[in-house]
Amino acid sequence: MSIILDISGVNKTFGGLQALDDVNLKIEEGETHAIIGPNGAGKSTLLNCCIGRLIPDSGSVTFNGNNMIGMQPHDINHAGMVRIFQTPEIFPDLTLLQNVMIPALAKRDGTFKFNPFKSLAAEKSILEEAHATLADFELDKFHDQLANSISRGDKRRLELAMGIIQHPKLLLLDEPTAGMARHDTNRTIDLLNSDRMQAMTKVIIEHDMHVVFSLADRISVLVRGNIITTGTPEEIKNDPKVKEAYLGESEEEES
Amino acid sequence: MIKKILSSNLLIMLIFSAVVLSAPIWLAPFGASYPDLLQKFAIFGIFAVGYNILFGLTGYLSFGHATFLGIGSYTAVWSFKLLTMNIVPAIVLAMIVSGLFAIVIGYLSLRRSGIYFSILTLAFAQMAYSLAYSVLTPITNGETGLQVSQQDPRVLDAMAGIAVTDGIPSTNLFGALIKSQGGYYGFYVAAVLLIIAFYISLKIFRSPFGMKLRAIKSNQTRMKYTGFNTKPYLLTAFVISGMYAGLAGGLLASIDPLAGAERMQWTASGEVVLMTILGGVGTLIGPLLGATLIKYFENIFSALNDSELHSMFSFMPDSIQNFMVTVVSPFVGEGWHLTLGLVFMIVVIFLPGGIMQGLTHLFNFVKRLFGMGDSKTGIANTMNTSNHTSNKSPNNVKGEA
Repeated sequence: MSIILDISGVNKTFGGLQALDDVNLKIEEGETHAIIGPNGAGKSTLLNCCIGRLIPDSGSVTFNGNNMIGMQPHDINHAGMVRIFQTPEIFPDLTLLQNVMIPALAKRDGTFKFNPFKSLAAEKSILEEAHATLADFELDKFHDQLANSISRGDKRRLELAMGIIQHPKLLLLDEPTAGMARHDTNRTIDLLNSDRMQAMTKVIIEHDMHVVFSLADRISVLVRGNIITTGTPEEIKNDPKVKEAYLGESEEEES
Repeated sequence: MIKKILSSNLLIMLIFSAVVLSAPIWLAPFGASYPDLLQKFAIFGIFAVGYNILFGLTGYLSFGHATFLGIGSYTAVWSFKLLTMNIVPAIVLAMIVSGLFAIVIGYLSLRRSGIYFSILTLAFAQMAYSLAYSVLTPITNGETGLQVSQQDPRVLDAMAGIAVTDGIPSTNLFGALIKSQGGYYGFYVAAVLLIIAFYISLKIFRSPFGMKLRAIKSNQTRMKYTGFNTKPYLLTAFVISGMYAGLAGGLLASIDPLAGAERMQWTASGEVVLMTILGGVGTLIGPLLGATLIKYFENIFSALNDSELHSMFSFMPDSIQNFMVTVVSPFVGEGWHLTLGLVFMIVVIFLPGGIMQGLTHLFNFVKRLFGMGDSKTGIANTMNTSNHTSNKSPNNVKGEA
């Protein structure tokens, strides 16, 4: 297995707060890698450092052999790393179909293309792909509705569809089931385990242990800006350090 | 199928062209079919249609678009002075020069978004206005305004052997005077350009490029993480709308060959914002309606005076007549802006989507009226046949229809 994303020695401080403290993480091609950790452990900061939203104070982020630090978000997208946000980042004023057409056009047109005289209706292949992707996510029946009119769970699945249509080399998911009801969560898990997404390399940040253990091939535990351990779900379940730092806490929270 | 035909570009353009070209006829009952006003409708229609490509699609509110209108006018007048009285080079140059200015002003202003972008464009517009008014007097002729005169070089005209012997030279389109036919010729020139401008806007609205601009308005962050560099998209929209403004400015000068700094004042920039919002931001036809309505009010209401009001209310008893005139007179003549303000407030409060939203509501209301008619007969049928099958009957009615 080759390494697709190599995060090494990444530090990030906000004022006096050490959000990330010498983080080292290697994501292998084809795996689903979950990052878990208590609130404020630095999970989202880590994703933001990968995707160009934040620039780490030191360390390197190498994706597919290329340095990602200092690159613009749109260039990182074209390098093949796509992020799904925790609060759905969709186009609320466009229809569902247009929502998935936009990323498909990004894949084809690149960062900028001026084609004001081309008709949207003539984009046959893009339209077909958009419909097919919506159908995969059971959203095609809403295709001409505005995206802000659908349920929150559907919005999150729509954003997932927007990511998938770009055929990313690596998909970063920030709590894909946060705030969802149980049956909604299970639908999303089934989608992420579906044939189309199974083979895709994914990094998932998640709180819900049920989700993590049903999806992840490997799990890393982030506590106070530090990766304390990485291993298979079985290893993580039985790791006393993890129990102390994370699972113990969350059990208390639940009770 | 019918919907598809109705929304096809060809049909829209046919209807649009017919409506625009027949405007002198159907506007006559409104007292608006004199050439001066018709020309304004067409020219400010172009201005608003172009402005809508920036404001309507991307949501970036520019408060300085009159700058490009002014630049277009100055460029056109210089073309009349130096090259030829033919309006074609004047209009082409007006678009090119205002496009160049739009690249510079847009590039700098688009470094910020939201209110900061608006303030930057306003600042640039005021700078341009002040420069035109004072510092650049050799180019703009300052307070007096730039005019053509008999002594101008007009290189191309001179080469073609056209000389003006008496009075101020007039603009022409390959020899046909713009002022001929009592000014209707000028209107038709502007109307044809409006139709072309509207067609380009229609194409942009329905292109992948237009959809991307709308996506930027909807969620710019998502656009960036989806792999689009949003800056060039915004700059392109800014430059296109700047060139539309330049075209409008060039046309203004073509119809009346003079240009003054007041064309660039912030009130002129505000006016196009009002036009767009009044008609319906982001709709195809809305800005045009807004422009027409505002120019109509400006001309009709500002022309009214007290004696005309007295004759309007002459059917009333004297005391009520005097009272009505006292109440209404602040809203006409010099005070027509009060009427505009009132209309604008009513529209923004009750129809945030502008006149187009009102028309959509009206259309749906009429459709529902017909729909209700159907279901009423349906219910009546049900009651005649059976009281128990009410769940089934709507389907039957639909099937029959």
